[in-house]
This record gives sequence, C-alpha cells and structure tokens, in this order.
Amino acid sequence: MANIAEQWPPMETRKVMGQRIKRADGPAKSSGHAKYASDFNSKDLLFAVYNTCPYAHARVTKIDTSEAEQTKGVAAVHVVAQAGAEIQWEGAEIAAVAASSEEIARDAARKIKVEYEVLPHLVREDDLSKAGSHAVAGGEEVVGDPDKAFQDADGVHEGFYSIPVITHCCLETHGSVVQWQGDSIMAWPSTQDVTTWNNQLSPNVKVAAANIKVKMDYIGGGFGSKFGPDSWGEAAARLSQKAGGRPVKLFLERSTEQKIAGNRPSAFAKVKIGGKKDGTITVFQATSWATGGFTGGGSPPIPYISKQNGMPNYRLVHTPVHINAGSSRAWRAPNNQQASYITCSAIEDFAAKIDMDPVEVFRKALEYAPKVRVETYKLQLDKAAELANWKQRWHPRGKGAGTTVKHGLGIGVAQWGGGGHNSQCRTTINPDGSVLVEIGTQDLGTGTRTIIAQVAAESLGLPYSGVKLAIGSNDLPRDAASGGSTTVGGVSVSTRRATLAALGKLFDVAAPALGAEPDQLEAVDGHIRVKGNPNKSLTWVSACKKIGTGKISEMGEFNSRQRAPGMNDQGVAGVQIADVSVDTETGIVKINKYVAVQDCGLIINPRLAESQIYGAIIMGISTALFEQRVMDEQTGRMLNPDMEFYKLAGLGDIPEIVVHLDIREENDKRGVIGLGEPPAVPICAAVGNAVANAIGVRVPNMPMSPDHVLDALAGRRA
Amino acid sequence: MSFKKTPEPARPAAAKPKSGFSRRGFIGVGLGSGALGTGLLEKEGTAAPAGAANVAGPGPVPITLNINGKPMKLNVEPRVTLLDALRNHLDLTGAKRVCDRGTCGACTVILNGRTVYSCTVLAIDAQGKDIQTIEGIAAPGKLHPVSQAFWDNDGQQCGYCTPGFVMACKGFLDEHPNPTLAEVEHGLGGNLCRCGTYVGVRKAVLEAAKAIKGQGGKNG
Repeated sequence: MANIAEQWPPMETRKVMGQRIKRADGPAKSSGHAKYASDFNSKDLLFAVYNTCPYAHARVTKIDTSEAEQTKGVAAVHVVAQAGAEIQWEGAEIAAVAASSEEIARDAARKIKVEYEVLPHLVREDDLSKAGSHAVAGGEEVVGDPDKAFQDADGVHEGFYSIPVITHCCLETHGSVVQWQGDSIMAWPSTQDVTTWNNQLSPNVKVAAANIKVKMDYIGGGFGSKFGPDSWGEAAARLSQKAGGRPVKLFLERSTEQKIAGNRPSAFAKVKIGGKKDGTITVFQATSWATGGFTGGGSPPIPYISKQNGMPNYRLVHTPVHINAGSSRAWRAPNNQQASYITCSAIEDFAAKIDMDPVEVFRKALEYAPKVRVETYKLQLDKAAELANWKQRWHPRGKGAGTTVKHGLGIGVAQWGGGGHNSQCRTTINPDGSVLVEIGTQDLGTGTRTIIAQVAAESLGLPYSGVKLAIGSNDLPRDAASGGSTTVGGVSVSTRRATLAALGKLFDVAAPALGAEPDQLEAVDGHIRVKGNPNKSLTWVSACKKIGTGKISEMGEFNSRQRAPGMNDQGVAGVQIADVSVDTETGIVKINKYVAVQDCGLIINPRLAESQIYGAIIMGISTALFEQRVMDEQTGRMLNPDMEFYKLAGLGDIPEIVVHLDIREENDKRGVIGLGEPPAVPICAAVGNAVANAIGVRVPNMPMSPDHVLDALAGRRA
Repeated sequence: MSFKKTPEPARPAAAKPKSGFSRRGFIGVGLGSGALGTGLLEKEGTAAPAGAANVAGPGPVPITLNINGKPMKLNVEPRVTLLDALRNHLDLTGAKRVCDRGTCGACTVILNGRTVYSCTVLAIDAQGKDIQTIEGIAAPGKLHPVSQAFWDNDGQQCGYCTPGFVMACKGFLDEHPNPTLAEVEHGLGGNLCRCGTYVGVRKAVLEAAKAIKGQGGKNG
C-alpha cells in the first residue's frame, strides 16, 4: 500500500482546512428539524417524572407508592431512595413515575407519599467559621520562605476574593430516552460521551455493555456536566423494563436541573501578596476554601500559572467544605476560572499598591509561566493592550474621568492543556466516488462534524461537499468523551489517518492506469495524478471506478498515550482585557468592549474557532455579571432554581468582542489544539479588575452585581 | 439578564374564556412557586360553578389547533400548554422546553402574528388562532431567510435556543423591518442562549432584515 506522510499539508497549500466553512448541521438546527434526545417521540412513549426531596438533609422513613401506582395511565414506578436512605441535598431523586402522559406522570409523582426525618444541614460555605465539621483544612503547603519574603518586599497587599457556585444551566436538561427490551437496551441520551455511556450504565443494570446501543445526533449543551447516564439514565431503564419494554423519556425539570445536575465549585481566598518596586512578585500566601457540594471538591490551583513554574515563595492552606447541596461537575476548564480570578485580582491589587501599570506587573508575573509559554504571554499582553487601546484608555486605579459613571480596564490570563482524546475513524471510499467517514464521536455545537469533514476532504483532495459523515452512535468506531478540549485533537488525527490509509488503497488500484507506482501519486483538486504532473491524472470518480465491485474501507486511530508531534498538541496561553463602565449610583456594570488574544495551534476552521471563543467569553461575561446559586440556610433550599432569578446574560449585555487568534506558522506547526476551554478561563478576572480600576476599590465578591458593587463602594463586607 | 417581552395576554380581551383554569395554578403546586400560584388555583377553581357550560376537563378534551395553516385535531387536558401540545402530541419539536416559565424564549411561536412563549399559553386557548411554528416558516427543503442568516453568521452552537431565536427574530422583523442594533438587542432580549452565540445572532438579525427587504419584504 502506498504510504502517505500523515503530517498536515503546509498552511499555504491547504484548500479545505483553514476555510471558514459554515457549520455542517447549521440548517438542521436553524430550521428546527434537528432532533435532540429530548425531542424523541414514538406512539408507545412513556413520560417519566421525578418525585424529589424537599430537604437539604433528611432520612426517608417511609415511602408509599401505592396511590401513584394505581393512578390510571401510570405504567411503572421506580423507587430510588428506599426507607432508611439518607438524602444529602434538596432536589435529590426519591422516586420516578412513568405514565402515558407527562401530566399524569406529574400528578402521580406528587401522589407518592414520602415521610422524612429532617436532619441538620449546612448549605452555605461563605462563612467558614460556621462550617464546623463540614470543613476540614488541608495541610499547609510552603515553598521558599514566605515570611522573609514579606519582610523584604517593597510592597505588600492583603485582599479577599470570592467567586460563587454557579450552575451549568444547560438549555436541554439532563436526561435520556431508554428502551429496555429483553437483554438489550436502546438509549437516546443527551451526553458528551456517546462511546462509553453504555459502559457506565452496564454494571448498574446488569446488561452487557455490548447490548446497550446509544444514539445521539444533537445535544442541547453540556459544558462538562453531561457525561454518564447518571441515576436518571438508570431510572429510565428500570421504568422501561417494568413497563414491558416501552421507551421511557426522563428529562429533569428545570428546577431539578438547577439543583442537582451540575454546578461549578465556589472559591474564597484571603490572599497576601508581596513584591518589588519594579513589579516583580516575590511571594504569595492564601487561606482559601471552596465547596463542590456534598462531595466537597473545588481546589483552585493558586497562585495561578506561577505555582508550578517559578513563584519563589508561597504558603497555601486550602479547606474543602462539604455542604448539603448537589455535587459539582466538571465545568469548562475546571478550577481554572477560580484560580485565574483569585490570582489575577491579587496581581492587579498589588500593581495598584505599588502604583504600577498592571500590564507591566503581569508581564513580570508571567515570567513564572512554563518556559515555552513566557514569550507567547508577552506577545499576547502587547497585542491585547494594543487591541484594547490600553495606552490611551487606561488610568491609575480610580483616577478616571467621569463623575458618577466610571470607566476601567482590567486584565485576566489563562492557560489550558488540550491534546487529543482516543479516537478511531473509518473512512470508506466507494466505486461511485462517494466517501463516508464514520466516528462514534459527538458534536456539542463546537463544530466537530464540520472539522472532521474538512480534514477528510483536504486529505483526499476533494471539496468539502465530497465527504459524508456519520457520528453519534456507539455502533461506529470508538471515540471518547468530549471533555478537556480534547475532541478536535483526537478526531482530526484519527480522521487524517483513516482517510490517508483509504487513499493509499485507492492509489494502489489507480496506479496501473496511470502507469506509475502508487507512491508517486497524489490527490489534488478532485484528481488522482502523478505527483507534479497534471497531465497524468484521473478524475476522482474514474479513479474510484478502478475499485471495482467492492469498496475501500480503512481504519485510523489516535491513541492519547502515543504523542503525534505536529499533528496535535496541548498547552495554550491566553490574555484578555475587559473595558467596563460602572455606574457608582446604581452599581450597574456595563462592559463596553472585550478583547481576547488566544494562543492556538493549527486552525481547521477559523469561523468555528472564533465562535468557540465568542461563546466562552459570553458565558464568562454572564458569570462575571449575573450568575450565582443562592442558597437559603434557613430552609436548606436553592432560592433560584429557575431561569428567572438565576440570571443569564442576554443579547443586550454583550459588548463588542474582539478576538485575535494567533495564527502563525510557528503555532500552526504545533498541530491541532482544542479551544473550548482556554478562552473560558479569565473573564471574571478581567471584569473584576476592570471594575476595581474604574471605581478605585476592589469588589471582592463575584458576580459584579449592583449589590456587590454598592457594598464595596460603601465599605461594607457582604 | 434579559429584557423580557411585555407579557402577552393568552387571549384577546374580547374572546370568551374557554377554560377557568390557570396554568400557573397547576404548576405552582409542589414546586415552591408560592402563594401566587396556589391562590390563583383556589380562586379560579372554586369560582366556576358546578356544571358551568364553559368548564373543560379536567380530563382530556378534543381540540383543534390551526398550525401552519392546517387544522390539527388532538386530545389534551385543559392544563396542557401549547408548547407541550406541539411537542408531545404533534411531534412538532422545533419549539424547545427550557425554562418552562416564560423566561428564555426557546419555545417561541407566532400566534395571530404576535410572538409568544408557547409555555405560557394553554393549548385550549390557542384554538381558533393562527399558530405558526418553526416547522411552518419555510417550504420543505428550503431555509427561511432568518434561518439562513443564523446559519450564515454562525448564530448557533448547540442549537437548542436557535429555533426560538429564529421565530422571535421573524416576529420582530415583521414589526421592525429596519431595526437598529439597539432595537435588535432590546427586541430579542427575551431569548437566552447558553453557548454564547449572541455575536452571531446580532449579525444574523441585521442580515436577515436586509435579505427580507431584498425579497420585497416577504417574511415567510
């Protein structure tokens, strides 16, 4: 078989990769025809609804489902929490009912009689002194000699910073449709992991993973919260089995979604930071705490970026707090937003303390970045400052013009890994010239479909339209979960390899007709030709006819344990700047302009790459200005489990966003790097710093809501 | 934070109520939405005298909905929202159920020419009205200029908010054929997106306005 070098073609010769092709599934989505798991319908479909726990901490003492079971239209009841079960958060699943209509299921779920012994709870972690046994401090972590460093420092700042728990608030709530017939299960979940969803359900229901088929074409948001089947996947399966194998649709109601189906850990930190007059930070000390719900969690890596790389002196004590609330889940760059926020806030405060331009202090602080990234950060700082018009617009803290509406600029920085996840791909070339690329992956809205087709078309010398694609089923070659910004790195390489392997086979069958050896052939512009000799060529279709009656079908694989230098990479930097106005009378923060300079590798589709960055920033602006889960210590309940009082940013809240993708040959040579997470990291940091720069005082608590801003202006600690 | 649409009355003031039931009343029970919900339920539920001629339900009742120009018959309980009727009974799943409380706009449809959150309209109250859903705004295999503009400007990622946005945009452009950016931001402030597609959405709305004008103002 002809061997074709797998390295990406040079930037200047690419025809399909690098093009701003519109997303493949755009028409299906914007016409309303795209079918999500929650859109599943069938004649015999049953609707399932949960009865959930109204208490933050309780023991189920008695549960009686008889009235629910006798309700006309109810097909099955599944008890999740039997008598004796201890419930650790409000909204936890007690029992589920499947019925012929959603209305009947809701009624029946309410007819389940549950008696509880209510137990003491803790649902707030903001005051660590009240956490008692829910908080167990970790050990002290010391590097260098922090005490001496503080003594020697020219400037020292002490500050407090907090960032609350926020919820993923996926628009399509968590859930699935499951049909369990005999010894096999068919599932239509909303998941970020089509390939191994079955493996996670299998042991719980004692059905072989091979007998669990999973299919998903579209997912209405995941952001790190939708990997496995969760208890609702299992509940849907059990209800289906009890109901004689009818399909059961179990999607969480919005209020339950907000309580139990995903949140991001909070972070609180008392920070002491010190350094030299020239802006060099020499010491960082933090007493921090955080909650990730009942299972604890949340451990921001502070001091961000510098901790592992060169910060000479630091002292850290971190306390995870276990509270009676739904457990946290991965969130678009887990722990990084919190760490970036705390660290960048402290750096900005230190800069104000020593009367220096924060750009210069950040420039010095980023000397502590991994060596390979230091120059990148410096270039990014300069570029971001240029795009934000920093030299003209920046002023020392609180010294801007304006009487009641004050203007400010702030910086945030980010890092992320990336790389590629395990991925297998099958490329089939048919004698009629049609091409099918199959991967058991999923497109979360990131554009995975589109970029796979672009890679395949590029590799075959075909136009984008020359490739058909199948994803979204565990019958297809195995892929992996879409998390950690690893999808594009995985699927692009597996697609490249499978497609080149298939092309090699095509060269074998086409070579005799061209009077050449297979190794002398190339695929260019819809032709198979002798390298550099357009006169000795076959059209794509006539070359494919040489396949005869069969077809060419080849596999390609990316294994994350075997690096593929130049094909994909990990490790990216990013710098962002927020330009804000703060109304000091109302406390309202308005973002005027937002600049993101993003390190990237090889960009397969600039349009979709930019959309990832826009999306990350818009989501970040939403968290920086509006979002927080509000818990009531008295009742143990979440007070805003909805979308009315759990605020998301709307169209009018979003400023002009300037994205600068650092597309250069030097970066391109690193290969493909995922962009889902890196740009989502520094928004709270940049916005918080801009607000401090505007009004002259630090607003310690995220979000930058009017109450928090007014509290800071009035000198109140919320 | 959204600028919400002015709440649309579920029925024109002149129309005779077909049902004495309030959806808010039903959804209030057990969901912690408090005294307002249950209060309405008690008041309205007891206000109707027994055997009153215009009381429907509580079991399923036959209704006819005029959807995308076609009469469609179905049996629904009076408490079923237009959204759930579309999705669960008619397999018209373009409108999505997201907040289910008239906040996010993912369920937007056009009712007698006005955009409404279909989660806040009862199916039985939508009888006798022209209901336009996203499935009915373009000929099969064609894209409506608004849908096209959302695609062209990448005003979509996961796509779950997109049909609602497209319908809200269509309704908005019917009333504001030459919108300014500020009008777009205000007029479509009642639709929320989680992936962060607003940059594309803004461009899409302005471009759709131009495209529709180019077609002689025909908006579906």
